[in-house]
Amino acid sequence: MELFADYTLRMVALGSAMLGIVSGVLGCFAVLRRQALLGDAMSHAALPGIVVAFLLTGQRDPLILMLGAAGSAWLAALLLMSVTRTTRVKEDSSLALILAVFFGTGLVLLSWLQQRPDAAQAGLRSFLFGQAAAMVARDVQVMVALGVPTLVLVALFWKQFKVLTFDPEYAASLGLPVRGLSVLLTSLIIVAIVLGLQTVGVVLMSAMLVAPAAAARQWTDRLGVMIVLAGLFGASAGVVGALISATARGLATGPTIVLCLGVLTLVSFLFAPNRGLIWRYTRQAVPQV
Amino acid sequence: MSSTMEVQLIAIVVAAACALPGVFLVLRRMAMMSDAISHTVLLGIVLGYFVTRDLASPLLFVGAVATGVLTVSLVEMLTRTNLIKEDAAIGLVFPVLFSIAVILISRYAGNVHLDTDAVLLGELAFAPFDRITWGWLDLPRALLIGSITLVLNLLLIVLLYKELKLATFDVGLAATLGFSPVLVHYGLMTVVSITAVGAFDAVGSILVVALMVAPPAAAYLLTDRLSRMLGLSVVIAVLSAVLGYWFARWFNVAIAGSMAMMTGVAFLLAFLFAPARGIVALGVRRSRQRWEFAQQMLTLHLLNHEGTAEADDECSRNHLSHHLRWQPRFAATVIRLAEQGGLIQCDGMRLMLTDQGRRLAQEASLR
Repeated sequence: MELFADYTLRMVALGSAMLGIVSGVLGCFAVLRRQALLGDAMSHAALPGIVVAFLLTGQRDPLILMLGAAGSAWLAALLLMSVTRTTRVKEDSSLALILAVFFGTGLVLLSWLQQRPDAAQAGLRSFLFGQAAAMVARDVQVMVALGVPTLVLVALFWKQFKVLTFDPEYAASLGLPVRGLSVLLTSLIIVAIVLGLQTVGVVLMSAMLVAPAAAARQWTDRLGVMIVLAGLFGASAGVVGALISATARGLATGPTIVLCLGVLTLVSFLFAPNRGLIWRYTRQAVPQV
Repeated sequence: MSSTMEVQLIAIVVAAACALPGVFLVLRRMAMMSDAISHTVLLGIVLGYFVTRDLASPLLFVGAVATGVLTVSLVEMLTRTNLIKEDAAIGLVFPVLFSIAVILISRYAGNVHLDTDAVLLGELAFAPFDRITWGWLDLPRALLIGSITLVLNLLLIVLLYKELKLATFDVGLAATLGFSPVLVHYGLMTVVSITAVGAFDAVGSILVVALMVAPPAAAYLLTDRLSRMLGLSVVIAVLSAVLGYWFARWFNVAIAGSMAMMTGVAFLLAFLFAPARGIVALGVRRSRQRWEFAQQMLTLHLLNHEGTAEADDECSRNHLSHHLRWQPRFAATVIRLAEQGGLIQCDGMRLMLTDQGRRLAQEASLR
């Protein structure tokens, strides 16, 4: 455990674990509601918000940058809904469109920022692919301060979210405020995305949402178990990936965590009982009575 | 040719080349595939480089196109196992492949001119310096590659126009007529990969997505004909690219980002002001319908009570808000509009139908 004695590594591990749990839990809802790509669009859409927040305040405080990120991701989600609802442009097109346009705008702002003489903007570029090694106590504090209330909200609205995810019509017939719950759930997913931007980066954050949930789905048919598993998968891949990247040369954190998640998911797809491919194959090989 | 001119020419050619297959991506609801493919082609380029040790080798191009198609088939394979849905499969496959590429670059190709910023942003400003000389020909490489992809895409669409149209709008009929949907799907995906690879060197993966999706989506709001949609998409893409270039020049910002932003502006304009489907047109139509319907209600109400004992009471100007539950101001406006339209006549407080108004009410009651 000598590894954890190091201050930086302890921060990195704590932060990544928090991030893994939150994104794993919220990712389950995103995947089950077929919104897996929404995460991709919104994490890209967060970039201009980060830069604008920095431009307005001149500070690199994680809370301010995260607020900016959440603001522009929210705006993106709103635009996405209004485009799909009012026009015949389908969801996939509006996702790709919002993703590319917001991200492009973010890159424009970023390049504009770089002309400025002050060096304070230096770290903003790390938001593209993430840099866990730069994590300090303040980052972890903010992550916990945002992550824990998010998890508490999921627990509080557990039943409502469950019925919303599996049977929205039934939820409406029960008199639940489906629209409001949907907005709440999407907002919580945005919080999960925003938490991970600094660690994993804008480009690969969506995998943090999708992979743990996709892996956990193979081991169980119960939402409760799936969510706990996804949190565990997310946390362990986050910690392992972040530690590898923080100790090795030239490994951006985002890609490293995503590869750890990729391995976890592949193992789940192959070896999970009942649903796993190998399980399925061996069952087919045995003659049915 | 000046380098400003050349950069714009490259941008125009690439924009047109991307918009053409983009139309079919948008219509076939596979727009997010452009995002996946434009990221994963990097892996093909990296692997191709490891084999050839030469960034200019054509093998890189082949490798990149192959990874694009591989991405599509991996997503399909995963979806077909029923372990996860298609959207999750896309969201899983492309980050993993892209991560492998990014790590391979940073670990084993750090000294090569292949960095991840360029992947996202492209290096359009430097494109004129990478030239190909071939006899009397002296062109930027990106311009040559872009032109070839554009010609290829144009040829394919002209030659296979009917087939593509059928397979896009009526898969079932296309299949019964003998056009394999799988073949059309993979053919289109190969074209998208080739276009993405040809473009991404110059303009970066994000702009590839923007150019493939935004102009066709804007054109989709402007027309109902496939041929016009193709033409409009190209025009919008080219205009966005040129405007984006000048915006970037004026403010000294990232060129590819600013072009992507302009495609967004173009879509926003179409979204708001498209003649039949824009938000403004929708709003105007809705409010017109609201007033027309209210006038119809008024004539129906008057017809109902015309010549009855309580007509004096029911057909009085002041009682409308009570009988039809209208706000007084709303009622006043409806009366004014109906009078102007020649549907009713006002006699002090008393409202009476004209012949035209009676006819309208009778028609409405028959419906």
